[in-house]
Amino acid sequence: MNNQATKRDVILEAQHLRKEFGGLVAVADVSAKIYARTLHSIIGPNGAGKTTLFNLLSGTLPPTRGQVIFKGKDITHLPPHKMAHLGLGRSFQITNIFPNLTVLENIRLSAQAVGGDNFKLFHHYTRYHAYSEKAQRVIARVGLQGSELALARNLAHGQKRKLELGIMLASDPQVLLLDEPTAGMSSEQVPELLAILRQIMEEDDKTIVLVEHRMDMVMSISDFITVMHQGKVLAEGTPGEITANETVQKAYLGALYGDLGSAA
Amino acid sequence: MSETTDNVKGTSTKQRTSNNPLLIWLKKNWGTLLLLAGLILFPYIFSLISGTPVSEGPPKFWQGQFIVIFIMAVYAMSYDLLLGYTGVLSFGHAAFFGGGAYAMALFITHVAPNIISSYRITLGSVNVTEAILVLVGFVLAVGVSVVLGLLFSAVSARVKGAYFAMITLAMAEAIHILSKATDFVEWTGADEGLHGVPIPAWINPTQFRLRFYFVALAFAVIMYLVTRRIVNSPTGRIFVALRENESRVQMIGYNPAVYRSIAFIVAAVIAGLAGGLYALWTMSATPTMTGSGLTMDALIMSILGGIGALTGPMLGAVLMEFLGHFFYQWFGARWPLVFGVIFIALVIFLPYGIVGTWQLRSRQVQQGWRRLLRPLRIEKQSE
Repeated sequence: MNNQATKRDVILEAQHLRKEFGGLVAVADVSAKIYARTLHSIIGPNGAGKTTLFNLLSGTLPPTRGQVIFKGKDITHLPPHKMAHLGLGRSFQITNIFPNLTVLENIRLSAQAVGGDNFKLFHHYTRYHAYSEKAQRVIARVGLQGSELALARNLAHGQKRKLELGIMLASDPQVLLLDEPTAGMSSEQVPELLAILRQIMEEDDKTIVLVEHRMDMVMSISDFITVMHQGKVLAEGTPGEITANETVQKAYLGALYGDLGSAA
Repeated sequence: MSETTDNVKGTSTKQRTSNNPLLIWLKKNWGTLLLLAGLILFPYIFSLISGTPVSEGPPKFWQGQFIVIFIMAVYAMSYDLLLGYTGVLSFGHAAFFGGGAYAMALFITHVAPNIISSYRITLGSVNVTEAILVLVGFVLAVGVSVVLGLLFSAVSARVKGAYFAMITLAMAEAIHILSKATDFVEWTGADEGLHGVPIPAWINPTQFRLRFYFVALAFAVIMYLVTRRIVNSPTGRIFVALRENESRVQMIGYNPAVYRSIAFIVAAVIAGLAGGLYALWTMSATPTMTGSGLTMDALIMSILGGIGALTGPMLGAVLMEFLGHFFYQWFGARWPLVFGVIFIALVIFLPYGIVGTWQLRSRQVQQGWRRLLRPLRIEKQSE
């Protein structure tokens, strides 16, 4: 972990990002550096602007101000379909798959997208073995063996999240942006997915940016953590530093009580 | 021990499969081949049964019915490429068909005679000028279709769903109005349409019905094979992905607008070719061929047969032409009323169309078998 952290090459950077929805400022001014080959978590209580920040980083929403720099290139206004080709994979909070295609085909299509055989109209797609083989490897990676030929819509929720991860992996991204990948998963499935994520990062040399609501979950697997509160960066640092940080504790506790108050 | 026997078994079956690829292919496609053989022999068998010569009376009439079926099957299939595969609801498909028909008819009527009178192309000692001109007519039909397809897909990048369907309807109507505009009456015959298109004598459907029958059959078979290959190509798989989840398609790195345009152009070209052949068959091009009624025909055929499978709309076209023929005999001009009731019943009871429901059922049956056999297979592996 330390070894990776000392390398210090920034792969993704947010520069003074700001997003307003009408009068509401969802993200006020966020600058963050994501280092290559690290697992960086962005956490914060409800309404902190995490998902908005995620959408800004992933190019889903245009920022009101600021830039997103990926590998030294400004990608702020790049159309979404070009991002995958640059090596930026995204997975959203809402499960986003091809429901009536098989697991294999879901992943194969993603592998094909970056492979450059997309304009072959008169060859059978099975002739391009490389994509199916890659899909098989990805399936093994995310732990979906045995469900290759199942229709995506028939998968259990946890498996759908894994498939989503697989679709992202198949396009060989250098950076994986994930918005609450464990949302809706049962508590026994969460550690498995987190272990897979950590494994992908370490063994496949990926950078992972994780947006999470639950602080306890990311502590054990993250290299760096950015804590957001009310559209701003509240604290930044290693899990140890964050745990020790008093303002973070306060913000989280405050928000927690706030949540309880509004729920009651 | 059991492992070795298993291995031996494995290799022996492998050898059997690799030994005779032709046999495997025949086994897999016997149904299609049988159907094809049936269609090739149909005129002769029919003439034997009815006791009339092949090119007279009922055999000739039914060849005509089948020619229309073949052309309409291709047309409906091209519509399914959009509706069933790419998930685009377009109400302007007749524009492509009519565009192809008019391209062919206009060229043969107004341009081809001048060329025939001043040029002569021979292949050996055979005069192939007319044949080449017919081919040029098809090329023009393709050109017109590509332009129309691009026009339609340019709109699809901005407007979605029902709104898009409405705009395609408007665009097709514009072309329909253009086809019957009195401004071009010398060229298109306006409301009347172009009639008595001077198509080459050797393909004249009145004189050489049987010949035209085989041309139309070959056309349908080739178009089916080409379309099947396209939907199973890497690009075709993206069409299906677009139908399933457009935002996801974009997210994994495809530009949806590009692939939707390709789907549109392919569908337009196939429909345009069908239109071109239809113009040869009727020796005319009329505003009905660009009208919304024809688009509805494509929609009804697709839904009847089942969208998302190429054979579905083809079967739908067969059914609609047959039912149309017999219902007209039985119910007279009111036949669409009866057909409508049957259509509603089919949509209620077979929501995936005939082929779609059949495929679904057969898959369920297959899955049932697999479920039944699964315990056995696991035992085999663990042994």
